Amino acid sequence: MTSQPILRLRINGQPVETPAPPERILLDLLREDLRLTGTKRGCDLGTCGCCTVLLDGRPTLSCLTLAHLAEGREITTIEGVSTGTALHPVQRAFVDLGATQCGFCTPGFVLTAVALLRERPRPTRDQVVEAIAGNLCRCTGYTKIIEAIEAAARAAPG
Amino acid sequence: MAIRTEPSEPFRLLGQKIPYIEGPMKVTGRAEYTDDIHRPGMLVGKLLRSPWPHARLRRVNVERARAVPGVYAVLTGERYPTPFGVLPITRDETAIAVDRARYIGDIVAAVAARDERTAERALAAVEFEVDALPEYSDPRVGRVPVEAPIHAAGLRGSNLQKEVLQEFGAVDAAFQSAAAVVEVRASFAGVTHAFTEPHCTVAEATPDGRLTVWSATQVPHYLHRALSEVLGMPMHRIRVVKPEIGGAFGGKSDPLPHEIACAALALECGRPVKILFDREEVFYTNHGRHPTYNVVRVAASAEGQLRGYDIEAVIEGGAWSSFGTVTTYYNGVMAMGPYAVPNFRYKGQRVFTNRPPSGAMRAHGGTNIRYSVEVALDELAEQLDLDPFELRRRNALRPNSVTVNQFRITSTSFRKCLAAARDRSGWEEKFRKLPFGEGVGLGCGFYISGSNSPIHFTPKMPQCTVHLKADMDGGIAVHCMQADIGQGSNTLLAAIVAEVVGVELDRVHVTPVDSDITPVDIGSYSSRVTFMMGNAARKAAEAMRDRLLDAAHDLTGYPRELLHVGLERYEVAHRPELGVSYLDALHRAMESGGALQTTGAYTSPPMGGTFKGARAGTAPAYSFAAYVAQVRVDAETGIYRVLKVWAAFDCGRPLNRLAVEGQIEGSIHMGLGQLMGEAMEYRGTRLMNPALLDYKIPMPQQMPEVECLLVGDDDPEGPFGAKEAGEGPLVATLPAVANAIYDAVGVRCYDLPVTPDRLLKAIDRRRAAGTPWKDH
Ligand code: FES
Ligand code: FES
Repeated sequence: MTSQPILRLRINGQPVETPAPPERILLDLLREDLRLTGTKRGCDLGTCGCCTVLLDGRPTLSCLTLAHLAEGREITTIEGVSTGTALHPVQRAFVDLGATQCGFCTPGFVLTAVALLRERPRPTRDQVVEAIAGNLCRCTGYTKIIEAIEAAARAAPG
Repeated sequence: MAIRTEPSEPFRLLGQKIPYIEGPMKVTGRAEYTDDIHRPGMLVGKLLRSPWPHARLRRVNVERARAVPGVYAVLTGERYPTPFGVLPITRDETAIAVDRARYIGDIVAAVAARDERTAERALAAVEFEVDALPEYSDPRVGRVPVEAPIHAAGLRGSNLQKEVLQEFGAVDAAFQSAAAVVEVRASFAGVTHAFTEPHCTVAEATPDGRLTVWSATQVPHYLHRALSEVLGMPMHRIRVVKPEIGGAFGGKSDPLPHEIACAALALECGRPVKILFDREEVFYTNHGRHPTYNVVRVAASAEGQLRGYDIEAVIEGGAWSSFGTVTTYYNGVMAMGPYAVPNFRYKGQRVFTNRPPSGAMRAHGGTNIRYSVEVALDELAEQLDLDPFELRRRNALRPNSVTVNQFRITSTSFRKCLAAARDRSGWEEKFRKLPFGEGVGLGCGFYISGSNSPIHFTPKMPQCTVHLKADMDGGIAVHCMQADIGQGSNTLLAAIVAEVVGVELDRVHVTPVDSDITPVDIGSYSSRVTFMMGNAARKAAEAMRDRLLDAAHDLTGYPRELLHVGLERYEVAHRPELGVSYLDALHRAMESGGALQTTGAYTSPPMGGTFKGARAGTAPAYSFAAYVAQVRVDAETGIYRVLKVWAAFDCGRPLNRLAVEGQIEGSIHMGLGQLMGEAMEYRGTRLMNPALLDYKIPMPQQMPEVECLLVGDDDPEGPFGAKEAGEGPLVATLPAVANAIYDAVGVRCYDLPVTPDRLLKAIDRRRAAGTPWKDH
C-alpha cells in the first residue's frame, strides 16, 4: 500500500486525523473510514439529501464533497447534533410529532432543520419548505416534518 | 387535525398518538440499517448487469475475472440454477441469469473482492458470447405467439404470463337493460417505490455450517425460504436478520436475486460479503407498479343503481412473474368494493416484456383499477344528474354482506366516510360552484386488510406468531418476525403488549427480526400486519396478563374475578389500594417455572368461494375511504396544484393515530406522485430515467394540506377493532384529484401521469371545440 496523505479534520468538535487519498469523498470517509454511519447514502449523486452534513453550519451534500475540501472547516454530522443520549429540540420534535417513519432521510432533515433554525429561529412556513427542498422523503409526505420543524422553532427560547 | 368518534372503551395507549419507540435511534443516526453493518474481513460484492435487453448467453468466461488480484469469488448462473419466485406457482427467477438475459439490468455475474474497484475490474473482465434475441417492450403486442417468448411458460407461445377470465351474474343482460352506460379507457405509466434506502444485503457463512443473511427485506420469511431452496441448505442452518429498513412500499417484498447471490458469494469464499446497490440498480430492480391499460364499463339504472361492471386490463409484467398472478386478479377484483355490484366481468392479462420487472407496490393491484372506476362513476353521476356523493351512497356495500364473487364484508364505515368528507370539505358550496380553474372532486377507496391466504403454506398454520418473555428485571421481550419498514409496527406491537399487560411502554422491548429467535410472521405486505400481528400480540399479552392476575390472586387472596389491570399494578376492583405491583405479581408467577413466557398466534378464518382464483382478494377485513381533493388549475399552462385533501378513512379503530395519519399523508404524497408526474420512462426496452433527478417524486411545495377524518367503527375481528391503514389510503387520492381537475376546467384525464402538457392539450381541445365550462 502506498502511504496516503493524512487529512486533518474537525468533526463534531473533535480533531480527527485520517489517511485519505485526495479523491476521497466526504461521505465515504465518514461512513467507511470513520464508521460514522448516521450519515446515510441514498443516491451518491446529490439528488436525495440523505447524506447531508453541516460544513461550518451550512447543509452540504457529503456525497458530492471531496473530503480534503472540508479541511479547516467544522463538520457536523448527525452524531454531533446532540450530546450524550439527550435529544436536540429538533430531534425531540421529529420523534414526538411523527416526522420520522423509516428514518433513512431523517439525519439529513434534522441537520437541515438545525441549520435553518440557527439562521432563522422563527422561520415562516415557506422558509421551512424552501429549506428542506433538497431533502427527499418518501414516507411522510413532508407534512409532519414541516410541523416538527415549526414546533421546534416554537419550543426554542425566544 | 383528526376527528373520530369516541372509543367505546377507554384505552391508556391505544387510540392515542404514540411516537415511534425507535424514533430516538432514528433521529440521532443510531438506528442500524443493513449498510451500517460491518463484519470483520468483509468483502465487497458487485453484480454485473446485462447490457442486452434479450439475449441467449452462449458462453460466459470468468477465467480472467478470477485472476484479478484481490478477487475472492466470481459466480455465474449455473452455480445455483434453481429457480425461485415469491409465488411458488411461478418460480421463474434465478439468482444470476442462466442461459438467458431478459432485460437491461438483469444480473449476469457476481463477484466478491477486497474493495469496490477490484470488484469492478473483475466484472469488466468477464467475457460473454451472446446471441441477441428479439426484444419485446409493448405488453399489448406480446399476447399472440411470438418468435422468442421471454419465458417458456408463456401461454400459447406468447409472452402472456397470466390470463384471468371471471364472470359473476349476467353481465350482458345488465348492460342491455341499463339506463346509463359509461366507459373509461385509461393508461398508466409504470411507477416505482423510490424508497430512500438502496437495497443492501450482507451475508456471512461460518465454519459451524451456518449462513447469516442481513437484508433490507420487508418479508424475511419468504427470503428465508428462497435462500434455502436455491442454495440447497435447510432453513434451520440459515439465519435471516432484518435490520432497520429505509422504506420498502412493496419493493423489498419479493426475495430478490441479489440477496441470494450475496449469500452464494459468502458461501463461496467463506468471508462476509456486502452488496449495496447504487441508485441506478435500484431503478432497474424495480418491482414497481405495473404499467397498465384498462377499460372499465359501468352499467346503471336511471336511479343510479349500479347494475354491472365489465372490466379489461392489460398489465405489463416486465421480465419476471414476481407477484404477477396476484396482480392480474387484483386489477379486477379490487373493484368489488366499496360498492355493491351485482354483475361483474373481468378479463385480465399480464404480459412479459424485456423491461425491469413489475411487482407489488403500495396498494398493489388496487390503484389503477380504482382510478378508472372512480372516474367512470364521476361521469355516471354527471350523466344521471346525480351528486357524486349520492351516487356512491346509494351503492355502498353494507356491513355483513357478501360481494358477488363471495368476498366477505364484515365492517364497513364507508357511508360515514362519505358523510365526513362531504361535510368537512364544504362540498355543497364548492362542487360546480367554484370559479373556472378551481374545483373539488371525490374519489373513494377500498383495500384488503391482509390477504387471507399465506403464500407458502396452508392457512392452517398461523400467519403470525408472537412470543413474550418477562424475566426478573420486569422487562417484557417481544419476539415476532413482523417487519417494521417505517410504518410503525414495532411500536404497535409494544403498545398492544403494554396496554394489555398494564405496564409502561418502556418495559416492552421489541427484539429485532432474527429467524433464530423471532417466530414466523409472513411479513409486511398486503396491509396485513396491524390486523394479524395485532391479534397475535393481543392473545400473547392476554395470556401473560392472565398469569399475572393469577399471581395477584395468590398474593392478595382476592377472587380472580375481582382483580383487574391497573397501571403497573393489579388491583381489587372496588378497593384499588389493595393491589399488588406488576413486579410482585411477576416474581410470584415466576416461582413455578422461571421467566414468564406466553405465545399468541393468528390464523385467518376460512372464507371465499371455491372457483378458480376465488382466494385472490379475500381478506379478513377491508378498509374504505372517501377523499375530496380541491385543486387550482392554471388553464394557460396546465400547471395545477392540489390545495387540500379531506381524507375520510375507515381503518376501524385507529390504534396509533400518529402512525395512521403518517400513513395517510405518505400515501397521498405517493398517489399524487403517480398522478402528477412519476413515470418509468422507456425508449423501447431501455429505461431512460433511472435516477432520482429524472424520476421526480413530489416536492414539499406540491404537497397539499391533509385533513385526516378517522371515522371507522370497530371491526369485529380486528385487534381492538382495527383494520389496515398502510395501503388503502393511497387509492382514493388519484381519482379525487382527477375528478377535481374536471370540476375545475371540464376535462377528463385518461392517461397517467397527468403532466401539465397533457392537461394543457386537453384544455386546448375543449376550447377548440367551443364547449364552455362553468361560464368559461
Ligand atoms: S446520497 Fe448524497 S444526495 Fe443522495
Ligand atoms: S421517513 Fe422514510 S424517507 Fe423519510
